[in-house]
Amino acid sequence: MKTAATDLPVLKPFRALPIAPSGLAAPVLLSTGLVAGVAVVFAASLAVAQVTGPVSRDGAVTILLRWAPLIFQGFLFNLLISVLSMALGTAAGVLFGIGQVSPSAVLRQPSWAATQFFRNAPWLVLLFYAMFLLPFELRLGPVTIAFPAWVKAIIGLALPVAANVSEIVRGGIRSIPSGQWESAEALAFTRRQTMWMIILPQAVKRMLPPWMNLYAILTMATTLISVVGIQDGLTITRAALVAESRPELMLPMYLLLLLMFFAYCYPIARLTMALERRFNVKG
Amino acid sequence: MIAAFFERLNEVHGLNFSIFYDAFDRSRFLTGLWTTTYICVVSILASLAIGLLGVWIAGGNSRLGRALVRAYVQFFRNTPPLVQLSFFYFAVGGLLPTISDGFGGQSPLVSGTGWAIIAFSLFAGAFNVEIFRAGIEAVPETMVEAAESLGYTRFQLWRQIMLPLAFRICLPALNNNLVNLVKTTTLAYAIGVPELLYAASQIWSEVFNVREMMNVLLVVYVLLVAVLVWVMHRWERAMRIPGYMP
Repeated sequence: MKTAATDLPVLKPFRALPIAPSGLAAPVLLSTGLVAGVAVVFAASLAVAQVTGPVSRDGAVTILLRWAPLIFQGFLFNLLISVLSMALGTAAGVLFGIGQVSPSAVLRQPSWAATQFFRNAPWLVLLFYAMFLLPFELRLGPVTIAFPAWVKAIIGLALPVAANVSEIVRGGIRSIPSGQWESAEALAFTRRQTMWMIILPQAVKRMLPPWMNLYAILTMATTLISVVGIQDGLTITRAALVAESRPELMLPMYLLLLLMFFAYCYPIARLTMALERRFNVKG
Repeated sequence: MIAAFFERLNEVHGLNFSIFYDAFDRSRFLTGLWTTTYICVVSILASLAIGLLGVWIAGGNSRLGRALVRAYVQFFRNTPPLVQLSFFYFAVGGLLPTISDGFGGQSPLVSGTGWAIIAFSLFAGAFNVEIFRAGIEAVPETMVEAAESLGYTRFQLWRQIMLPLAFRICLPALNNNLVNLVKTTTLAYAIGVPELLYAASQIWSEVFNVREMMNVLLVVYVLLVAVLVWVMHRWERAMRIPGYMP
């Protein structure tokens, strides 16, 4: 039967045009496609530099290979800083986070205030704060503890990390249904026992993805230490560019450093998303 | 009166808040504050536009468009903003032609402030795409189906049904990201943009009041963020639909 001509939408033949799934959440990752795309951009910039560079001097590839190990060393130093400040920040942050849910106001309010303050201050300003205001050595009677610049940088980066971890811990603890607390109380658990044996083990699972996310953010923030004069990957990249004074090398050199960070942080982001999906039961 | 108070504070206690009594330092500080505010506002607006555009393309039919948006988001989310900024300012900015400034000198096509705004917008925009996507996915499917059965086109569906709902759902996450953006603007210091941190560092290296300026700086940034959070909360409350809890 032929449908009569009509302008009523309901009577028009229905073409099912589903809303395309937003590709971003697709589990089939474009990881291969994405990595290939980034690699192509990098290779193209390198090729352009190779072709446009002066003929009489070393080619772009040669120079890049010469500097790559050193830049990679700088990048490893970034990673070292990130691991140490994450450890320090997590240790402090867990204490603050538990303090934030404490029943005693004396503990809760200062923890809350410190968390909010350090969470809302820029990372770079906190880093400056630590770099300039910490003493370069601490005398405790006969013992002198030296604070070299990189130790101060670790402390400076650990401050915002601690505040963020504190929020993650608080959120994780709060996300556990109150029935857990009540049943633990009914079974005559003390508050400390409830916290350590019932609440935290469950909350850790929920805190892990945001914690890893924070770690990726911290790793990317470690380049800030180049601003306060510590030799990291970015400093070395800049120094290499100054030493070679070849403007056409800038694109590939910076892209190389970006690629290193990308290669490290992207798997973490993937893993975080996978964990989130696993722990999250979508209601 | 304020100036006299801080001058006395300096003489008696050695706490040198030069920005409160020295006109030159104050004007430098206020210029920095203005630059920071300017970068923040423009980047916030641009990053919102990028986020909307990205999520529109990501939900579209073009396979290439989806792949491009995904690559953009993952790349900008997983590389350090400081390196992105350096990349834009030194590498891309170095390749662009310079223009004559009319006094016989050459000035770059895009200034440091311009590059800072571009870099921060792209950085925050990548996060915004993800945030908007999460919001749109949270819109109940039945709602979309109902609209489709009423003959809405895709644009109408987005503009009149999905975005208004998604926006309310993702406001807290958006809030977080915009606060982050405000904090990220300090990175512009690294390419010599005269923003707040840069102005403060100039002052403390000339007047030798690192400790005082540092504290002023922290307080000012916390205040800036507080203003943003306050505005966003007001907005969140104003937009709340009574009885609708996503």
